[in-house]
Amino acid sequence: MRRAWLLLILCLPLLAYANIEAYRFDDPDKEARYRVLIAELRCLVCQNQNLADSNAELAQDLRRQTYEMVQKGSSSEEVITYMVQRYGDFVLYRPPFRPSTALLWAGPFIIFVIGVGILMLFIRRRNKEPVVPLSSEEHARAQSLLDKDNT
Amino acid sequence: MKARYLIPFGIFMAIMAIFVLGLHKMSEDPNFARNVPSVLIGKPAPEIMLPDLFDQSKTVNTSSLMGKVWVLNVWATWCPECWREHDFLMHLAKKEGVTFFGIDWRDDESAAKKFLNDKGNPFVAVGFDPESRSIMNWGVYGAPETFVIDKQGIVRWKKAGAMTRELWETELKPLIQKLEKG
Repeated sequence: MRRAWLLLILCLPLLAYANIEAYRFDDPDKEARYRVLIAELRCLVCQNQNLADSNAELAQDLRRQTYEMVQKGSSSEEVITYMVQRYGDFVLYRPPFRPSTALLWAGPFIIFVIGVGILMLFIRRRNKEPVVPLSSEEHARAQSLLDKDNT
Repeated sequence: MKARYLIPFGIFMAIMAIFVLGLHKMSEDPNFARNVPSVLIGKPAPEIMLPDLFDQSKTVNTSSLMGKVWVLNVWATWCPECWREHDFLMHLAKKEGVTFFGIDWRDDESAAKKFLNDKGNPFVAVGFDPESRSIMNWGVYGAPETFVIDKQGIVRWKKAGAMTRELWETELKPLIQKLEKG
C-alpha cells in the first residue's frame, strides 16, 4: 500500500512541464546567442523578469521576434538596437553608461567610498584618544594575574 | 553622548519613510512605477500595415492620416481599462472630433467585433494585431496605450493607461489644439 502511494507521488512531477515554446535553430551558435539575448532583455510587463523567465504574452512575442531575427542572421547588436529603438534602454538589464544612468552605475561605488571614509574617520579618532596610564592598583592586579599564569 | 547611538536609528527611519512614500504614490497611481518613457516622442510614427478587424482580406494603414492630427489607441477586449475608457473615447470621437486609429492587440476577433458593435466604434479604422507585429514597433507593452501624432507624422505624446476626462482636459486637449494650428 505504502509503495503504491510512493509510486503515485513520485509520478506527480510529471504533471509539471515547461510550457515554453521550443525554437529550432539551424546553427548552435545562433541558439547560444538567442539564449544570451533573452537573458539580457527585460520583459516590460513583469519588469523584474527577463524575457527568458517571463510567461507574459508580450514576452512570448518578443522572444519570437528575437528568434526570427537571430535565425535570419542578425547579429546580437542588431537585435539589441531593434529593441532599444522601440522600448528604450529600459529593455536592457545592463543599461549603457549615459548621463541619465550615471548615478545608477556610479551609485554603489559612491556609497562604498562614503562608507570607507566614515570608517577611516572612526579609526583615526580612536587612535587620537589618549592612552590612560594604569593606576598602581591595576598594575598590582595585572602583575598578580601574570604571576598566576607562570606558575 | 547617548544621542550618537540614535543616528543609525534615525537613518533607518528616514529610509523607511522613503519606502512608505514610494509605496503610497504607487498605490495612488497604478502607472507610476510602470510608465516606461517612450523613445518614440519626437520621432516619425512607425508605419502601420495590419489586416482590417472587420474584413481581414483588406489591410488598414495610416498613410491617409498624413497631414492630420490623429490619435493611436491600442486596445483589447481582455483589458479592463479599455472597457472603462471606451465610452469616453466615443465621446471624444463624436463630440470633440478626435480622429482615432485603433489597434486591436492580441485579441479574439469575434469578441473584438462584438465589443465595437455593442458599445460603438470610435475608430476611423481598426487594425488587427494578434502577434504584436505592429505594436512592437510602437514600443507598446500594455493596453490601453494612447499616442498623439501630428500633421507631419511625428509622435508627440504617449500615455500608458486609460484615457480620463482629467487627462483630456489637462494634457491632450491643449496639445491637440496646439498641433492643429501648427
